[in-house]
Amino acid sequence: MNGNHDAFTLGPLETGPACCVPHPLIQVRNLSLQYDGKTALDTITLDIYQGCITALIGPSGCGKTSFLSTINRLTDLIPRCNVTGQILIGGQDIHHPNCDVQTLRRRIGMVFQKPVPFPLSIRRNLSLPLNEHGVTRKDEVAAIIEQVLYDVGLWDEVHDRLDASALSLSGGQQQRLCIARALALNPEILLMDEPCSALDPMASGVVEDLICRLQGRYTIVIVTHNLAQARRIANYAAFFWVRERAGQLVEFGRSQQIFESPRHELTAAYVNGSRG
Amino acid sequence: MPEIIIPVSVRQKIRDFSLQSLMYLAVLLVSAVFVWLLADLVQGGMAHLSWAFLTESPRDAGRAGGIASILVSTLLILLIALIAAVPLAWATAVLLAEFVPIDSRFGRIVRFSLYVLAGVPSIVFGLFGNAFFSIYLGLGFSILSGGLTLACMLLPILTSTAEAGMRAVPDAYRLSAAALGMTRTAALIHLIFPAATPALAAGLLIGIGRALAETAALLFTSGYVDRMPGSLLDSGRALALHIFDLSMNVPGGDMPAYAAALVLVSLLLGINSLAMMFAHGLQRRRILT
Ligand SMILES: Nc1ncnc2c1ncn2[C@@H]1O[C@H](COP(=O)(O)OP(=O)(O)OP(=O)(O)O)[C@@H](O)[C@H]1O
Ligand SMILES: [Mg+2]
Repeated sequence: MNGNHDAFTLGPLETGPACCVPHPLIQVRNLSLQYDGKTALDTITLDIYQGCITALIGPSGCGKTSFLSTINRLTDLIPRCNVTGQILIGGQDIHHPNCDVQTLRRRIGMVFQKPVPFPLSIRRNLSLPLNEHGVTRKDEVAAIIEQVLYDVGLWDEVHDRLDASALSLSGGQQQRLCIARALALNPEILLMDEPCSALDPMASGVVEDLICRLQGRYTIVIVTHNLAQARRIANYAAFFWVRERAGQLVEFGRSQQIFESPRHELTAAYVNGSRG
Repeated sequence: MPEIIIPVSVRQKIRDFSLQSLMYLAVLLVSAVFVWLLADLVQGGMAHLSWAFLTESPRDAGRAGGIASILVSTLLILLIALIAAVPLAWATAVLLAEFVPIDSRFGRIVRFSLYVLAGVPSIVFGLFGNAFFSIYLGLGFSILSGGLTLACMLLPILTSTAEAGMRAVPDAYRLSAAALGMTRTAALIHLIFPAATPALAAGLLIGIGRALAETAALLFTSGYVDRMPGSLLDSGRALALHIFDLSMNVPGGDMPAYAAALVLVSLLLGINSLAMMFAHGLQRRRILT
């Protein structure tokens, strides 16, 4: 894996709509979350703009992962986790009884901190979710697989061993496979929870380039501890802080503003590296 | 007198060495017991074992003839026990592992009942089976009654191994599958069950082993008629029961008892290796398609 990074070229992407048209796709209103009665997120209100990359930054334990999981309602799976408040996606309340959670999650791809390839072949990792969503025609599935592997720059590395176990890939390749798997369902939104934290700097660079190329086509929310990375790739940034073990949103704004002229002193201390 | 100082590294080496020797000794002992048992069986039973022994029905209380009818009864009882117990046990395991929180009251009650059930001596199962299946349901002394009694006995082990196997599958798979918009059922079928296959197979094997070795629970339910069963409602004698009867109640039955025991152990070994190969193959196929 290492060493042949400059050997492959990243696949072409069609250009999407211009970035950062300030159209709020996700509107979070007074969102609170309790685990077992203990508040982990305290009345968060935030807009996430369509086609933009929004970075969530903040110290460990401030609820970034929890916040991401409320957007695709993955918190439903956690016992004794209680979410209150409203999240509107494209104007629709995701907690409304008419909102089908499977359809919702199809619209929202998620990439976890640790790569989670299924213990199946590379091909099956990508075709399984497709099949589950009713895409079963062989040629169609094959075309999508090729396209997404191309998009994440994995095609040249794996096209001749699609039937090998996904567990035989390196960590960076596994993470890109997971991104490809999320992309295969053609989502509108991508939630990424520290996608580069388990990767070496080279692989991390590849994933970062990929995220930049996805900008515009997808609405991306990315959690990162790497402030330099957030500064490089994000259009917007949200700074979370933990007060009495409850996560709060301290400041939200354009990435440039957050990093260069933060309004809040906590933000200033955090982005300058003196706290957190 | 100068004190002898043994350097730390040497002390560690000595400790390592003695620990390893102990472990090898333990392994050796375990294998020795197994080999000894097998050798004893082969030595005692081989002479009496023949094709005719496997294909003829017993005569003269088992002193002569073979064990064909016994084998058929045994396999029928086993089959019925598995058909009744496996779906029930695995469904319960899915419920416990996937759908109820680990510390819920319901889960605790079910798990506690299973622990109690697992500890009940098999003779009690025999009495229960006799009262419930044979008398109350009117199945009499029959293969059906014996098989269903065995099914009750197998429920705890099949359920707990399956539940443990499914719980051992990392939650990350469930979360990832859910995040991809897959239903719980889909995740169960495509990810969790396959990942738990070795545990399911292991539980099945332990269950089959117990079922094949069972005597007390069958004495009062499937009975000890050694004729070839004509239907599931006929009485049929299980292999383990046959061995027990030959060695305890039939003077001059030692040779056929040894031979029957050899057959039983070979059967267990065969089923074990088959199931292991099957589980392994299944997993490979899952990964490769
Ligand atoms: N499943 C859970 N059950 C109970 N408490 C939880 C659970 N998940 C998270 N928490 C708690 O909620 C708080 C926020 O956790 P979260 O994982 O969202 O933080 P984070 O900002 O993602 O941290 P990190 O940067 O370390 O990943 C923490 O105090 C954590 O202990
Ligand atoms: Mg986190």
